[in-house]
Amino acid sequence: MSPEVGHYSLILALTLALIQSVVPIVGARRNDAALMAVGTSTSLAQFAFALVAFGVLTVAYVASDFSVANVVENSHSLKPLLYKITGVWGNHEGSMLLWVLILALFGALVALFGANLPATLRANVLGVQAWIATAFYLFILGTSNPFLRIAPPPPEGQDLNPVLQDIGLAVHPPLLYLGYVGFSISFSFAVAALIEGRIDAAWARWVRPWTLVAWMFLTLGIAMGSYWAYYELGWGGWWFWDPVENASLMPWIAGTALLHSAVVMEKRSALKIWTLLLAILTFSLSLLGTFLVRSGVLTSVHSFATDPLRGVFILAILAVFIGGSLALYAWRAPALKQGGLFAPVSREGALVLNNLFLTTACATVFVGTLYPLALEALTGDKISVGAPFFNLTFGPLFVMLLVAVPFGPLLAWKRGDVLGAMQRLMAAGLAGLLGIAAAFAWTWGGPVLAPFGIGLAVFVIVGAFTDLAERSGFPRVGAGVAVRRLAGLPRSALGTAVAHAGLGVTLLGIVAETTWSSEQIVALKAGERVAIAGYELKLDGVVDRQGPNYREQVARFSVRRGGDEIGELAPSRRSFAARQTSTTEAALMTRGVSQLYASLGDSAPDGAIAVRIYHKPLVLLIWLGAVVMVCGGLLSLSDRRLRVGAPRPAKAAAMAQRAQAAE
Amino acid sequence: MTARRFAILALALMLASPAHAVQPDEIMSDPAKEARARALSRELRCMVCQNQSIDDSDAPLARDLRLLVRERIAAGDSDAQVIDFLVARYGQFVLLKPRLGGETLLLWVLPPLLLAAGAAGLAIHARRRRAASIAPLTPQEEEKLAALVGDEPPQKS
Repeated sequence: MSPEVGHYSLILALTLALIQSVVPIVGARRNDAALMAVGTSTSLAQFAFALVAFGVLTVAYVASDFSVANVVENSHSLKPLLYKITGVWGNHEGSMLLWVLILALFGALVALFGANLPATLRANVLGVQAWIATAFYLFILGTSNPFLRIAPPPPEGQDLNPVLQDIGLAVHPPLLYLGYVGFSISFSFAVAALIEGRIDAAWARWVRPWTLVAWMFLTLGIAMGSYWAYYELGWGGWWFWDPVENASLMPWIAGTALLHSAVVMEKRSALKIWTLLLAILTFSLSLLGTFLVRSGVLTSVHSFATDPLRGVFILAILAVFIGGSLALYAWRAPALKQGGLFAPVSREGALVLNNLFLTTACATVFVGTLYPLALEALTGDKISVGAPFFNLTFGPLFVMLLVAVPFGPLLAWKRGDVLGAMQRLMAAGLAGLLGIAAAFAWTWGGPVLAPFGIGLAVFVIVGAFTDLAERSGFPRVGAGVAVRRLAGLPRSALGTAVAHAGLGVTLLGIVAETTWSSEQIVALKAGERVAIAGYELKLDGVVDRQGPNYREQVARFSVRRGGDEIGELAPSRRSFAARQTSTTEAALMTRGVSQLYASLGDSAPDGAIAVRIYHKPLVLLIWLGAVVMVCGGLLSLSDRRLRVGAPRPAKAAAMAQRAQAAE
Repeated sequence: MTARRFAILALALMLASPAHAVQPDEIMSDPAKEARARALSRELRCMVCQNQSIDDSDAPLARDLRLLVRERIAAGDSDAQVIDFLVARYGQFVLLKPRLGGETLLLWVLPPLLLAAGAAGLAIHARRRRAASIAPLTPQEEEKLAALVGDEPPQKS
């Protein structure tokens, strides 16, 4: 299939996006159903054409079609099939194509599943979605076209960066983009509501499932990226406050705040300003993240593009969308009606506090990430802002927030009772204190703050389930009754408890791994042993192997515990001929939720090989906690009120008839 | 379970620290000095990497800096002197935690300032809204209220 088909599809998608940008919005203003329906069909068609374009590029990669410049630069005929496919998004142009594909996907989903939205709102949402799509199609076709051809085609491609040839990394960008780009829907909803001049509790109910889906994917994407860094980069670190990592964390924090704000808006029609601004802010941060990564302003293993034209184009997109939406907000905000009142101590008050902390945390990350850039631009001085800064500023904010998390669900709407909530949290508090005591007992003489971290994590986990315990009556009523009551609870209550517990689980993993991991750095010859954390590792030998497109040096270790052999670790170093680089493949042995981690260093001239061995207790909890949070999100998503729409007019009329007949 | 407890106990007796790229031939013979070197390395940036400390990075420059730090410690410098030495040589860029100074004042002050400003703003907004929406009762309305409520003693529900 000619790659030109893909190119043409992309242009058709742009044309459809242009139509979709104008017609449905005009139709919404005039209340013309036919014009508004155009939005639905153009969304679906736009998605189809974007899919064709993406599919054609994938086929070009799989078939190793070296007449396409993008394939030449980023693929190699010897690459395994899986990595040929994932290589499609392992470069700038391909990943931007994935971006617009997901943008079109979400538009199509709104068109398909938004039948219960009022027609004008849906038309406006699809229209705004199309504005974003148009801007990005122009960006791709103008500066980052993946379908550019080379004549004559070279005989072989240049290899993909070997560090990216990994299954975990294959999954990371699509997940992350589903998150980033998913927040475009929240943005579209916010702008559409501002255009219509109407925003109310019903709007919050419609926005919530889309925001939740995007948030879930972003959580998974960030967790996946962190886990990938942990096992791939060879030294067991999982978060570096790298500007690109921060660029994904900021929309996540803002998205979490948005989710919670939308809850308040749905229930009490309050916090309208917060919700609107957060919806605009979250997607703006996604766009900013795209700019940071794509423009080459910061170099990292992530940034593929160092072309200033692209940077300027994205900066223009940022200015238009962020500036435009904020200007629209400023113009329309006075028309917003005030929502429900609430006392400062109440669930709404707790969620306002939550918003405050999350927004400040997001601002802290923002300042820390961009300050060096700004300072260099203004004064020419270069400074670094790294983990020590964020630990001092971000850490305390989140700790304070986590203390408040179990209180939120226990406070009543409008007017809450903190002392009552504290009483109900006594069991959780006790569990937390027990956690502190246990941690102190086991690690007497160790770091002082860490046991409090453990206690906090236990408090959050047990506190999350306190609300469920209250509602189900456990342990006052029997277990059977309690379980039945739990099953009857609204799923969003279950989802809340599970998601908050997931947060505690992640904290537990972070504290344990940061404080109590141990390491051994030694140079070993074959037959020598090293002991760590109750395990004994013996180097059996070093072997050289040939892989599909690399040479590999593998060190085999047998692992013993208490004298019994429990397994093998085989860390290796790979050197890739085509790219003249090498990577380390760490070996992991999972014991429960802790891990033994071995990675190779250099060989010494006398035949000894340097090896780093770590024991990381409870480290897997960091990412399991993220998965638990996503499960909580899924539970919330399956809530009945999101599946059952408003009653149809026909039923209401029939009931009225029956009522009349009965009289 | 006992074995695991022993493992955790053994863990506690070992040097606790996160991840690194230190090679065996860099490790100093004195464990206390090595611990100082590791702690200092975590605060220093590998200047050719993106935000990694020299303790974490595999780059040759990072190795050179790690050796330099150990050299200075072996020569008897205190922690502060080692840091000053490196800053004099490479500039503020080598520090991962920016020093509090004229240029970085805004950086350090903004997070707590934003929190305080946000909290203050919310408090003012809440008070203003409550004051605006609760209008005091007129005397006639007060009488009507008293009549409705009557002389009944307050009842606990």
